Amino acid sequence: MTPLLEVTNLYKHFDISGGLLDQLQFEGGRIVRKKTTVKAINGVSFDVHPGETLCMVGESGCGKSTVARTVLGLYEPNQGEIRYKGERIDNLPPSKMRAFRAKMQMVFQDPYASLNPRMKVQQILEEPIKIHKAAATSKEIAEKISEVMKDVGVDPHWKNRYPHEFSGGQRQRISIARALMVDPEFVVADEPISALDVSIQAQILNLMMDAQEERNLSYLFITHDLSVVEHIGTRVAVMYLGTLCELSSTRKLFESPRHPYTQALLSAIPRLDEEKPNHIKLKGEVPTPIHLPSGCVFHARCPLANERCKQEIPKLLTIEENLQVACHAVEEQRD
Amino acid sequence: MLLDVKNLEVTFALRSGPVQAIRNISFSLDRGERLGLVGESGAGKSVAGFSILNLISQPGFISGGEIFFEGKNLIKMSEKELNTIRGDRISMIFQDPMMTLNPVLTLGTQMTEIVRTHHKLSKKEARSLAIETLRQVHIPTPEKRIDQYPHELSGGMRQRVVIACALISKPALIIADEPTTALDVTIQAEIMDLLLELCESENMGLILITHDLSVVAQMTDRIAVMYAGKIVEIGKTQQVIRESQHPYTQGLLKALPQKRFIGKRLNQIDGSMPSLLSMPTGCSFHPRCPILDDRCRAERPSLQDCRLEGHQAACFKVEGK
Amino acid sequence: MKEAWLQFKSSFFLYSFLRDPVAIVSFLIFLVLVILSFLAPAIAPHDPYDLAAIDIMDAELPPVWMAEGENRFLLGTDGQGRDLYSTILYGMRTSIIIGILAVLLQAFLGICIGLIAGYFGGLVDNFLMRLADIQLSFSTLLVAIIIGALFQTAFGVEKYEDFSLILLIIIIGIAEWPQYARTMRASVLAERKKEYVEAARVIGLKSGRIMWRHIFPNALSPILVISTVQVANAVMSEAALSFLGLGMPITKPSLGALINAGFEYFISGIWWITAFPGFVLVILIFVINLLGDWVRDVLNPKLYKH
Repeated sequence: MTPLLEVTNLYKHFDISGGLLDQLQFEGGRIVRKKTTVKAINGVSFDVHPGETLCMVGESGCGKSTVARTVLGLYEPNQGEIRYKGERIDNLPPSKMRAFRAKMQMVFQDPYASLNPRMKVQQILEEPIKIHKAAATSKEIAEKISEVMKDVGVDPHWKNRYPHEFSGGQRQRISIARALMVDPEFVVADEPISALDVSIQAQILNLMMDAQEERNLSYLFITHDLSVVEHIGTRVAVMYLGTLCELSSTRKLFESPRHPYTQALLSAIPRLDEEKPNHIKLKGEVPTPIHLPSGCVFHARCPLANERCKQEIPKLLTIEENLQVACHAVEEQRD
Repeated sequence: MLLDVKNLEVTFALRSGPVQAIRNISFSLDRGERLGLVGESGAGKSVAGFSILNLISQPGFISGGEIFFEGKNLIKMSEKELNTIRGDRISMIFQDPMMTLNPVLTLGTQMTEIVRTHHKLSKKEARSLAIETLRQVHIPTPEKRIDQYPHELSGGMRQRVVIACALISKPALIIADEPTTALDVTIQAEIMDLLLELCESENMGLILITHDLSVVAQMTDRIAVMYAGKIVEIGKTQQVIRESQHPYTQGLLKALPQKRFIGKRLNQIDGSMPSLLSMPTGCSFHPRCPILDDRCRAERPSLQDCRLEGHQAACFKVEGK
Repeated sequence: MKEAWLQFKSSFFLYSFLRDPVAIVSFLIFLVLVILSFLAPAIAPHDPYDLAAIDIMDAELPPVWMAEGENRFLLGTDGQGRDLYSTILYGMRTSIIIGILAVLLQAFLGICIGLIAGYFGGLVDNFLMRLADIQLSFSTLLVAIIIGALFQTAFGVEKYEDFSLILLIIIIGIAEWPQYARTMRASVLAERKKEYVEAARVIGLKSGRIMWRHIFPNALSPILVISTVQVANAVMSEAALSFLGLGMPITKPSLGALINAGFEYFISGIWWITAFPGFVLVILIFVINLLGDWVRDVLNPKLYKH
């Protein structure tokens, strides 16, 4: 089965050094020009199969949102390939990319920022169709809008209202509706529920699961909330400092996490049925993506690290079916 | 009893008229006890926490009730008297550490300022106390860190410093407003560990304001669940979580993803919390309630004892004693 | 239309206006001044542009309430015998027209340039913003002298007098667009990062549409804030240029030209030719600035008051 989306060895670095004057530094009696780069993604490879939900988890600054935006062409990758159904899409001009935009859509984190405050719901929803289905008559468009609004649970009579007249949960429904307007096959959701209240989170998750079932969608679901991952993920990719630590099926990951970072991350989730916190304590702090550590990015905090981890960057190796880990300790079966 | 809040009411004088943000809530806290105030945004949990120290900003004000702390009524106190309690007997921890810490002052300056406002200490004594407190919150090499600025620290470290600031004058009560919401899971776990350890070793009371039920489950002795400005259920933590009585608490717990139902639809509570401007009649939860009847639409339930010990819920459908 | 009116009636804008006496008074004064000046041909007792009606024998008459004043001339006459009251009304009309049209030109140039600079960033941004810096380092005066000189050598002084109104609009418009460009750019930079812009890109919209349909309406409120103050500034610039003899000709005086014309008589005790237009100019600028302050308070979310 060919994967829907295939990402190979992706790199994305951001230059944040500003203007020429900001780059100049005085060093050892000479003025040198220094560039500051944020190494947001460093050699990430993964794929998304049709109909599945691939969850990408990690802590803030690990590059998971950058992956989402690079996949959709909002950022240009520095290196690496992105293929959609086998076709390369990372180097396409905007006019050719437009054909793929009808297939790939995105749902954003902040329902207050992701809807244009000066546009009515109807205007927000009709924009995608007008771009991608130029032949549609205004009657067809109106029908499609009320159909999709019904699907996401917003009363179609409210299509003439502005976003600020809706609650956070309803706005997120509208944001999902906008993504569904063009009947996509693949949706990237960047923390779609983390800005919402608990009772509303459940509504939105249910809506997304229903939409997946009815429309046979595939999701790339970015989140930091592991209990959500456990609930909806087919497979999970764990990211740390711009690299993938572990990529495996959800069940395997939650039953027996292999990578030391995944183990620490899972143990840190607060559980309702635990009366006292009980988690693996990591030493040190998360390094910045500006000064990446040598070798394995996790080595300074890892309880199993040795000389090899400081030198050599671990590769994502397939340990068993549906289980890939990038760790020397797992590879050598260290304890 | 350390803190006793009785019939507290908070009103906001808005353009469109007065709006009650807190409607007649009562709770109490013993010395060294930890209470979780849980609710969704807009439930009034932060306003309730802030009103204890009368820190509500305009146009809000406390419109009724009493707050006894160590026997004294905080509401009757003047600003000046309150200031002797703020930061000394009762400290607060906020969600965003960068809002609490002044970016242009070193940690040492900020921490010694707090102690020296309340106690007669020399600069040197205050400094060594600050270093001692930083060590207590597990900051490595506090002698060096004390001369650094907030931006030189990571997010987790900053929240530790905020906790140190709250702790330095050995308060009897800490009010923590979403102290871990802005942090990553692994750091959240560390900060929770730390807070718990400090509360136990110093016998401090803690009011933990949060939207995250699983955080309070691990941190507190009792939970008060708030909805639309009222406490709808209050009781021992494990009792509230395992045998919740109020349909809102039950719905909230069922809405969380659980191991038993992986991949299934979650149990959602339809609709959203009513705005303070348009409160429904009767029970404020009735438009979303699965088990309502006519009485719920007409009458407003108040907290009643239920069959479990020390457990109260504001719902007509709950079995009494 | 009716819906828009209802929306306006319940808006925060109107609400805060009705609760701010300073804003109401300044707006009323501004409205009166504008109405008076635009009705000038109908309500002015004399036509200062009609050379045949002017009698040099009436020159330098003081206002009515002074000993030598005549009932025909309420505020006295100027050095050429024109009724000062009528001339002020006509002059104010010229000043306001120049002020508003020059600001429209500034806004048009500034918004386009700021939008492009902010949206595309990088080299385009650098180039356009350096252009703005260069423009700002030329004072309005310098621009006026250059354009004025070029025009006069090309078409002669006669033509210059005919076209001076349009020329002043162009001069002030060109000299002060960087204010708009900078404000617009800053506002666009803030909006560009928001998720709704990313959402528009994911849909596949073209840059032009994202810029005009999505970013522009949301980046507009700071533009409105500076606009009132810019009108006051443009009226001031026009007055200053006319005062220096680079603006409106004395045959069609604006407020500034009138002040200038009266200035030579000022020392000989004939104060009214300068004082009355000067007073009107100060009031005009003052009320516009007060209105500007109020608009800034209302539209600036950082100063939002409950």
